[in-house]
Amino acid sequence: MTAELSFNQEIANMMYATHGNPISHCLQCGTCSGTCPAVEFMDYTPRAIIGMIRENFKDEVLASNTYWSCASCYHCTVRCPAGIDIADMMYALKRYSMWKSRFKEGLIGPDFSEGFVKMIVNSGKSFEPILATTYLPKFSAGDLVQEALTATGLVLKGKIPLLPKRIKRLKKFQRMVKRIIPLGELS
Amino acid sequence: MKQYAYYPGCSLESLAKPYQLSAKEVSLALGLDLREIEDWNCCGATAYFPVDELLAYTLVARNLAIAEKTGLTDFVAPCSACFKNAYYTNNYLKKDPDLADHINFALEEDSLHVEGTLKVRHLIEVVLEDVGLEAVKNKVAHPLAGLKVAPYYGCQLLRPRKDHEDVENPQYFEELLSAIGAEPLEYASKTRCCGASLIITNRKAALEMVHLLLKEAIERGADVIVTTCPMCNVNVEVYQSQVNREFGTNYSIPVMYFTQLMGMAMGIAPRRLGIAREPVPKAQAPVSA
Repeated sequence: MTAELSFNQEIANMMYATHGNPISHCLQCGTCSGTCPAVEFMDYTPRAIIGMIRENFKDEVLASNTYWSCASCYHCTVRCPAGIDIADMMYALKRYSMWKSRFKEGLIGPDFSEGFVKMIVNSGKSFEPILATTYLPKFSAGDLVQEALTATGLVLKGKIPLLPKRIKRLKKFQRMVKRIIPLGELS
Repeated sequence: MKQYAYYPGCSLESLAKPYQLSAKEVSLALGLDLREIEDWNCCGATAYFPVDELLAYTLVARNLAIAEKTGLTDFVAPCSACFKNAYYTNNYLKKDPDLADHINFALEEDSLHVEGTLKVRHLIEVVLEDVGLEAVKNKVAHPLAGLKVAPYYGCQLLRPRKDHEDVENPQYFEELLSAIGAEPLEYASKTRCCGASLIITNRKAALEMVHLLLKEAIERGADVIVTTCPMCNVNVEVYQSQVNREFGTNYSIPVMYFTQLMGMAMGIAPRRLGIAREPVPKAQAPVSA
């Protein structure tokens, strides 16, 4: 029987396509944390998360909101003196957490991503009002009212059309998707 | 007129209609013939990579394949997220034959094939490189004299870095604004993130990010914030009321696409630039042209 992969190795594998350096190159300098515009809303800073992955703190990393708080702005990536694509590492953590269905309770990010994917697979295009149904149930009452006011206002003003567009060759598009990932029956 | 394979992206059909209108009008006036590619699909934005990387590239590759089929060599996107996805997918397809093979196997289902041979650029790059500042200046009918503009580059137009370009303190947006007679402000937040989809998934964080962008622009006396991306534009414009509620501020500043501002300087009727079709009523007219 082969030895089980460490969390550090698993995440390295999730980053196989990354064009930056492996996270073993991290100097723990904290440039990423100092740069990140969302850092104050994260349970652990990006620097800390990298250190924790390297030390196999799997449960703590997965239970944190850090990687789902990344907006993919790539500011850390372009500044990292060790050449690590940190934003891409956050994507790798998101993929891992989706794959294992393990993420911090109450986060909207996983539902949002899943809803987005379903929407594209079902129509070929993204469309804000349809997407809203996937994440609105997780909003707090106050946020819900705010968002409804904004979104509804936009629809009423004709800023958002009422009906989503679909691509023409949808069936072929869906068969294309199925050649990459088996999706089961599309709803 | 030089022809371009034009990929508008989903936002330009809904929330960013003014961007679509103004991009087309201004391009035409500048001699750029944007040919919208047929039956394009969503590029996946930032929401697809958390689920499956290969499929994320495949979605983008389908659009590249459709563009390659036209025989045109230039692919242009007005949305920074679409641009970034197209740029990198195109690059990876060219560099990685295994990835290209795998994706082409899937594309067979739609009788498509991708090589990764396109020149992929954002619309603002095409304006600067293929039209040039001098030619833009020559098209200006109403210089926007005295208009103080915060040039908001946002993220994915610049990052990740494509080559060796300056991603910390770029100047080309300012140069373009000067060319149309406006006054670009020193705007330290110009490459800071607007929060993107965090506005949905982590509202507190995104509102804080939008708050900082608005705060600096207003403190520096900007008349308008100008953007190159529908996501930036929507976050900074539509969510001003929520920022005000959250932070007890009273911000109200117009936000426009760079193509709208260019169009106004070039004397194109505001109606044809999608002006006054913004989701938030303007506190004051941005220009008295």
